[in-house]
Amino acid sequence: MPDTVHENAAQKSGTLLGADELVINMGPQHPSTHGVLRVKLKLDGERVIGSECVIGYLHRGVEKIAENRTYQQFAPYVDRMDYVAAVSNGLGYCEAVEKLLVVEAPPRARVIRTILTELQRIASHLLWLGTHALDVGALTPLFYCMREREEVLKIFEKYCGARLTTHAFRIGGLQYEAYDTLEKDVERFCGSFEGRIQQYSDLLTGNSIWIGRTRNVGILNSTDCIALGVSGPVLRASGVKWDLRKAMPYAAYDQYKFEIPVGTRGDTYDRYMVRIEEMRQSRLICLQAIENIPAGPIMARVGKVLKPPAGEVYHAIEGPKGVLGYYIVSDGSVMPYRVRIRPPSFINLQALDKMIRGHLVTDVVAIIGTLDIVLGEVDR
Amino acid sequence: MADESKAPQSPESSQPDVAGSIPAPSAASAAPSSTVKAATPAPVQLPLDNELSRRYRERFGSAILDALEDRKQSILILDAKHLLEIARYSRDEEKFELLEDYTAVDWPRREKRFDLVAQLYSFTHNTRLRLKILLRADQQPATLVPIWPAANWLEREIFDLFGISFRGHPNLKRILLPDEWQGHPLRKDYDILQQDTAWVRENLGIESGQ
Repeated sequence: MPDTVHENAAQKSGTLLGADELVINMGPQHPSTHGVLRVKLKLDGERVIGSECVIGYLHRGVEKIAENRTYQQFAPYVDRMDYVAAVSNGLGYCEAVEKLLVVEAPPRARVIRTILTELQRIASHLLWLGTHALDVGALTPLFYCMREREEVLKIFEKYCGARLTTHAFRIGGLQYEAYDTLEKDVERFCGSFEGRIQQYSDLLTGNSIWIGRTRNVGILNSTDCIALGVSGPVLRASGVKWDLRKAMPYAAYDQYKFEIPVGTRGDTYDRYMVRIEEMRQSRLICLQAIENIPAGPIMARVGKVLKPPAGEVYHAIEGPKGVLGYYIVSDGSVMPYRVRIRPPSFINLQALDKMIRGHLVTDVVAIIGTLDIVLGEVDR
Repeated sequence: MADESKAPQSPESSQPDVAGSIPAPSAASAAPSSTVKAATPAPVQLPLDNELSRRYRERFGSAILDALEDRKQSILILDAKHLLEIARYSRDEEKFELLEDYTAVDWPRREKRFDLVAQLYSFTHNTRLRLKILLRADQQPATLVPIWPAANWLEREIFDLFGISFRGHPNLKRILLPDEWQGHPLRKDYDILQQDTAWVRENLGIESGQ
């Protein structure tokens, strides 16, 4: 298709290349695609008139692997999907299997899970903010964001020994008791973090370059969002007040007060504002949670050998990127018959074509950044 | 495999068939737990008979093959022929605006080999509904793209990994695997170590990806 386009244009203009339309490849090795995403862009000058995503470079067949592992053996694999939010992935998987087994994690485990998951949301949003700002041309926020993310990763490291692919939770609860100074560490982090968010805000929110690069760029309205299945901060920035932590509470979210930030225009700037505010809300959830961590066991009574009764379950949580769902079918054996992961990045990425049409190539970089995709999860 | 390793903390043997792998001393610790567990033995699948399922049955009659409740989640089992009408009705009348997920499950020994599984969500009622479409291996279901554009990539993924073709899909080609790949890995007869050796040899220049 691209070649014929070129030839026709070339014949008309009498030059070697048609000057009006051009197809270029962005990625898969392009720093601003945040991984190995390849986008074929059809351009008119510098304006995008069409696009196609080519994905699958990181496909590892996670769902196939699941069918050949026991329920516990598969748990660490989910950390490697959205590897910047491993704790959230683990929470979704553990809760889904617990639903399948019809057991519930004890209250203490649920609160600790909530704390760690919210810290993970902050860490994920920080990495997004730093790299997104970097893509758009603001170098400084990256260093600040990495500094704060480091604090969160240190808490993870103290808790379970791992920083990135944590495998922090177990089916039925937790393996590790909270370490002695967990509350203090979280409190210290939250104490300084409010001011730190303000710092990023000062750098970006009123910055005229930032506004110029993000305002009215990549608008996606609520109707399109819902039609395309888009969820998470991207959906909320278009004005839909929907967050699974409120709509269908899991873990311990029903115990805490927090707001769901929404945008109005659904542009890149709104998505930025929504995520910034979400970090503030996550901080508030953490502060409420550490005040009262209930005593008691951290593990429900589940067998050493898990054989969920035959049947199926779908469980979704509000991950940092959007709705992260697990559909698990059991045939009564020790291995799942089928595990389907609903990856928020994969489904959100589908909206890219709609968002970049009519924009310049430089805006494509901003829009890929604002979608906050992780290719490990897109390709699974 | 890992489950056969000895248990450091007291294991809880809710399943009689695993008791053999647990040494006798644990009997004392297992005794109180079995009394705890005994209260909730059988959750599993029950017939679903609520307002929602009755409305669907009234409207579509025999096209709704069954309605089930599994772990408090509603499931409607449909005949593939009426998929499009039922999907449109679900979106417009029952207000399931969001196609949250769409996938398939392979049951090779069944006469109707595949389940297509759609997870629907309604913003209006804050409820979920699962549609399950039974499919013979040679059947081509209608695409859901005109109703929920989100189905586009999801159907491509099903096509890629299960080999189910959707009638009327705007761009039905592989999405995760290379276009020339042979085979559909999520089918049950595709072994976990299986691969398209010819493709690997030709494109990666190695004998095996394993």
